Amino acid sequence: MTKFNWRSFGTGLVVPLVLIALWHTSAALGWVNPHVLPSPLAVVQRWVAYLLPQIPFAEATGSWLAWAVSGELIVDSIGSMVRVVSGFLIGAALALPLGLIMGASPRIYALLNPLAQVLRPIPPIAYIPLAILWFGLGNPPAIFLIAIGAFFPVLINTIAGVRQVDGIYIRAARNLGANQRTMFLRVMLPAAVPYILSGVRIGIGTAFIVVIVSEMIAVNNGLGFRILEAREYFWSDKIIAGMISIGMLGLAIDMGVNKLNNYLLRWHRGLEH
Amino acid sequence: MSAGHIVVKGVNKIFKTTDNEVVALKDINLDIPQGQFVCLLGPSGCGKSTLLNAAAGFSMPTSGSISADGKLVTGPGPDRGMVFQEYALFPWMTVEENIRFGLEIKGMGKTEMEAIIASLMQKLGLSEFRSRFPKDLSGGMRQRVAIARVLALDSPILLMDEPFGALDALTRRNLQDELLRIWAELGKTVIFVTHSIEEAIYLADRIVVMTYRPGTVKRDILVNLPRLRDPASAEFNTLKRELGQLVMEEQQRHHDFEILAAAVD
Repeated sequence: MTKFNWRSFGTGLVVPLVLIALWHTSAALGWVNPHVLPSPLAVVQRWVAYLLPQIPFAEATGSWLAWAVSGELIVDSIGSMVRVVSGFLIGAALALPLGLIMGASPRIYALLNPLAQVLRPIPPIAYIPLAILWFGLGNPPAIFLIAIGAFFPVLINTIAGVRQVDGIYIRAARNLGANQRTMFLRVMLPAAVPYILSGVRIGIGTAFIVVIVSEMIAVNNGLGFRILEAREYFWSDKIIAGMISIGMLGLAIDMGVNKLNNYLLRWHRGLEH
Repeated sequence: MSAGHIVVKGVNKIFKTTDNEVVALKDINLDIPQGQFVCLLGPSGCGKSTLLNAAAGFSMPTSGSISADGKLVTGPGPDRGMVFQEYALFPWMTVEENIRFGLEIKGMGKTEMEAIIASLMQKLGLSEFRSRFPKDLSGGMRQRVAIARVLALDSPILLMDEPFGALDALTRRNLQDELLRIWAELGKTVIFVTHSIEEAIYLADRIVVMTYRPGTVKRDILVNLPRLRDPASAEFNTLKRELGQLVMEEQQRHHDFEILAAAVD
């Protein structure tokens, strides 16, 4: 773990601060219509209101903790996260074994790869009409779309990971007497892990994009739903507050996945942890 | 245990490419008794690694046969442990797990396994590095782990493909001495591929000098110098000159061949 670098953190703050100052100035001088672009202060106020519980705390009705997380933002974030995680897990759980088999067996690869290559370029968004036809409204179509978004990056990278395993490891393991099963589980699979994890990272990123879109069409909570709802009411400050929340959640997810990567790949050359 | 007798009989190896054939090995015959330390010496491209890979069972001869203790070699196996120039350690396993891997494949009991691992790590000076990953080790240390991993199999035959080729001179000498010590203690048959004349004389009971394309046995000599050998001694250097002459003839053929190939292009 490297020490937190205040200097580079400060450098990174410069451009955002300048942009916010410009934004604030133009809002304060009335250059733009506040309905089109609200002032940063209004956005912050709206964000805080979005975060805090909507009703005052009442001792009788329940625990303090439940009250503290009853704000709309927290409920929305949890809703979006649950969809991302469940959709991603379903997509990855299907892609991983399939990718391992396709990577290891040229015959199965030849059988399935053409289909995968045709389906892969179809953006998950294009499945929206079918998803609604098949699953109606609510969480199921959203999770279906997210699973599709996560499926292909994990699949493609797993196949590549297994196919690129350095021959020297295979020769060494054969020399040590490894049978097919040991070869697969203890040599090919771990050797493919760096590829698989980069697929996971892309897959989670795609899942996060798809969750926002799917919430705009099929469900009535979540961060994507909320910014679309705010548009209906012309609450542009809330739209921006919602977008900032999306950005922060996305960043948190990516940092979490990155931490996991660094742990799982602590044996890997060229990674500092 | 009297095992480790290798017989190479009439081995030919032809590599076919799209427009021509390369005869990598031609009529190789060797009888290597148990416990002998043999160096295969020659310039690159002389087929010494091809012969070693055939003995390891990674690639079969086009014709002829190789047998170990009367058993025909048909594929790789833990009775012929191999040490690679690129170490070939599994980077996702720690030092200890790398050594343990072959023992687990054998299905060895836990107590016996632990005892073997502990004694090997002791023998090769790896105890401090037990839970390190290969990426955190120097080249010399990695090759020690690779040697320990192969010794754990307790195979009667050790096949070594330029194992010290990538190491600096001091580390190299250090590992050569260590290898000789282990070899003297365990009495294994060793086939060691190198292009270093000095390394061959320093290590081997017997040096097989190979020719460049086709790979044949040019000279098969026994080294009758007491160990540890002194590279500065007169006998050592007489042998070195003699071998140097032989290897340089092949190196020159290699060179001429390349010029010819370039001219054809």
